[in-house]
Amino acid sequence: MDSTIEATVRSVLSEQGKLSEDAQSIAVDADLYRAGMTSHASVNVMLGLEDEFDIEFPEERLTKATFTSVASITEAVEAIHHD
Amino acid sequence: MTTTDIEQDLTRQQDTFREGLEANDWLLPTLGDGVTGLGPQAEDVVQGIASAARGIAARLSPEAGTRRLRFPPVNGTRLLERTDYVASFPQLLGTIAAFEGDNKAHRQLLATYEEQGDWSAQLTPAGHALVPAVCHPLYAYLEGSQVDGTVFELVGECYRHEPSPDPMRFVTFRMFEAVRIGTPAEAAEHREKWLAAGTELLTNLGLEVQADTANDPFFGRAGKLLSAGQREAQLKFEILTEVYPGHPTAIASANLHEDHFGEAFDLRTADDAVAHSACFGFGLERVALALAAKHGFDVAAWPASVRQELGLS
Repeated sequence: MDSTIEATVRSVLSEQGKLSEDAQSIAVDADLYRAGMTSHASVNVMLGLEDEFDIEFPEERLTKATFTSVASITEAVEAIHHD
Repeated sequence: MTTTDIEQDLTRQQDTFREGLEANDWLLPTLGDGVTGLGPQAEDVVQGIASAARGIAARLSPEAGTRRLRFPPVNGTRLLERTDYVASFPQLLGTIAAFEGDNKAHRQLLATYEEQGDWSAQLTPAGHALVPAVCHPLYAYLEGSQVDGTVFELVGECYRHEPSPDPMRFVTFRMFEAVRIGTPAEAAEHREKWLAAGTELLTNLGLEVQADTANDPFFGRAGKLLSAGQREAQLKFEILTEVYPGHPTAIASANLHEDHFGEAFDLRTADDAVAHSACFGFGLERVALALAAKHGFDVAAWPASVRQELGLS
């Protein structure tokens, strides 16, 4: 997993994720929804990531699964970068 | 059939149904796009469905009973913000504008109006909005309170800005809702009980119905994510019937909101946890029209059991 991407993902999460845990230290595979991220917060996370990385999540990735953990988000961002 | 064929077939069915409803005094024209009045038979049926729904409410909450409240079709614009409606459904909302000018402004208004210009552009926001779902005013009314799983019963007008030639799609319509706010288990139980009871009533009225998972029409790309999450968690069920053969239309819905409204309006249970809520709603005009499609426009000729269920005989 790309550590620069992961760091940016964590910083977007700490701004928009409404997490009850510290987004900088939460486990890469921890369930963000269980950690307090509401569905509306996940939308803000998505928009924040699109701004930061200058990408657009394709429709098939606009699912809960994409935004479920630091790892899943980082993988999605990497995959979109490589497309 | 190709997609275009299917769409044309649906449009044809909608046009035929609308013409029948209008010719038989079920729907009355108004000057509003997508807005219709109801004739006497349609209104009797709407009242009958509301009354049957109240019967379900009494049966399902025999001991505690329900609290029947009434909120008008207009609320403060802030309600749309507090429920996240502005973020989630900007395409459906409607706010009210009013004239707050002086004599000079009035002269300008009259001049524009006499030239058949857009005088409404000279109005200013009145701070009022049309209510999009009858349960929303309830959460605002209960703000900051402790809830105990009471079931609330509401009938009111909703506004959704989606004018359409489909007579089943009303811009403004009445909804009966049974809402429960309490623990997660109470909310889930309410949704299950009402989904079953609502399906049973509609079946007893002679409709062929089917419950299915659904999503609200959240706006835009952000909405895609919200819709996917709602479907995945099975938060919304609709009861569908084929008013137009091959094209199911929702006539009722059963929704779990989890802690969305509990969080937004600081509603807490006795153990100080954020309350969960659930609602079940019948679209009263839609059910009435589905019955007309099924049994015809002459209510006197409907099956005796249906008339009895609606209190019409």
